[in-house]
Amino acid sequence: MSLSQRHLLGIEPLDVKDIQAILDTADSLREILDRPIKKVPALRGKTVVNLFYEPSTRTRSSFEMAERVLSADSLSIATASSSAAKGETLIDTVRNIEAMSPDMIVLRHASSGAPHFLARHCRAVIVNAGDGAHEHPTQALLDALTLRQKKGRVKGLKVAIVGDLLHSRVARSNIYCLQKLGAHVVLCGPPTLVPPGLDTLAPVTYDMNQAIEGADAIMMLRVQFERMTGGYFPSVREYHVRYGLTVERLRRAKRDVLILHPGPMNRGVEIASDVADGPYSVILDQVTNGVAVRMAVLFLLLGGAGES
Amino acid sequence: MNPPQGFALRQVLMDSERLGRTLTRMAHEIVERHPDMDGVVLVGVRSRGFPLAQRLSQRMREASGVAPAVGALDITLYRDDLTTTVATQPILKGTDIPFTIDERTVILVDDVLYTGRTVRAALDELVDFGRPARIELAVLVDRGHRELPIRADYVGKTLTTARDENVQVMLQEEDGEDRVVLLEKTRKAAAAAKKKAPVSRGKKQR
Repeated sequence: MSLSQRHLLGIEPLDVKDIQAILDTADSLREILDRPIKKVPALRGKTVVNLFYEPSTRTRSSFEMAERVLSADSLSIATASSSAAKGETLIDTVRNIEAMSPDMIVLRHASSGAPHFLARHCRAVIVNAGDGAHEHPTQALLDALTLRQKKGRVKGLKVAIVGDLLHSRVARSNIYCLQKLGAHVVLCGPPTLVPPGLDTLAPVTYDMNQAIEGADAIMMLRVQFERMTGGYFPSVREYHVRYGLTVERLRRAKRDVLILHPGPMNRGVEIASDVADGPYSVILDQVTNGVAVRMAVLFLLLGGAGES
Repeated sequence: MNPPQGFALRQVLMDSERLGRTLTRMAHEIVERHPDMDGVVLVGVRSRGFPLAQRLSQRMREASGVAPAVGALDITLYRDDLTTTVATQPILKGTDIPFTIDERTVILVDDVLYTGRTVRAALDELVDFGRPARIELAVLVDRGHRELPIRADYVGKTLTTARDENVQVMLQEEDGEDRVVLLEKTRKAAAAAKKKAPVSRGKKQR
């Protein structure tokens, strides 16, 4: 079993088979996290560089954890403390890293397409850990794994993705991933936060009540204040009233609805605290599954001797 | 099930009846060595060691009144050739040991003992789960050609084989029938192998 792709640049280029291989492998690997000794020697001697040009706690620590559990040697570079702060270009930084011959580079970058650029110029395997507003493939995979685990399937589920769609790479990867697996996706957000053309991928509504009517799962997106340059909505309070997930609103969804959020949450903005901490929330399961999915990606892209 | 590509059937070593009798004998040998069955657990190496362990457990209950717990071990992540010779990743089936092995007598079960490398990997994985009082090894077929200092404590059948032969164990649970066969390389495959150095495939060679 191996993937049709050498790199993980996004969900869009993956086959359904690839996605299923990653989810199945993650299911098998998750057990290692419950062992007394959480370490297997599978990727001994492989070197992974985590190159993060944007702040990240969850994704970076999740990749680091996955690398350690599989015994890969890893090195994390955060740009605040690196030469990028001195004005070094991406390609120069990466050429220097490549001179140390890593087997894989995990890249988080503010520009869409940065990992694709690296894939053209590097020998190392590239994994996209989020590029601009484009894709965040491992997040979509861990969301799909969580849904499959809790519902037993993804096919046929109605999934509402609600919130700041304009700045969300998570939304885009999830649309591709969920649709490839056969789910029905509905998108919802204020008109100012829905990018033009998104309705060609999945149906869009501006009415949240309509979006979550009969939903099996609701994915709440973070309002990305740090990327906002203008006023996209009148006030945080009004946003919460119209697009926040509250207990009253939740009644419109199915009785066994699942609530997902990629984190970090803005409590009281896109999600009310009693929902985030309530019985339908699987937000912490997502974090555990995140490590398992990243282990699967590392194993499938780095395990094996390559073409022989 | 047909022989894998490049191999032809040479001899049937065990049919269903013979396989059953062999497992019964092995179960009795284990019970004989551990009469009170105190702290004995079985761990089968995936794929075929696991159903063999389940069958042994059932037969041990018939012999002693106690059915030992059975776990499954997937040694893929501990293979010594995972990042060097295996061309594509084998499918992971997962390890599942739903009990503690601390201070227990663990009987490791596999279908064929050959180079001993699978057992080495299994021992490494087992000690990551705890510290057993003792580990013993039970195999259905010992076909020789060890590359590591490893031996079995319970053996169903010892067999002298050539390196280019292959022992295939088929079980109802995995393959739909009970049969153990000795395979030999077809002439065509043998000639092709002589021409170029043998390439390791994703599957374990036996």
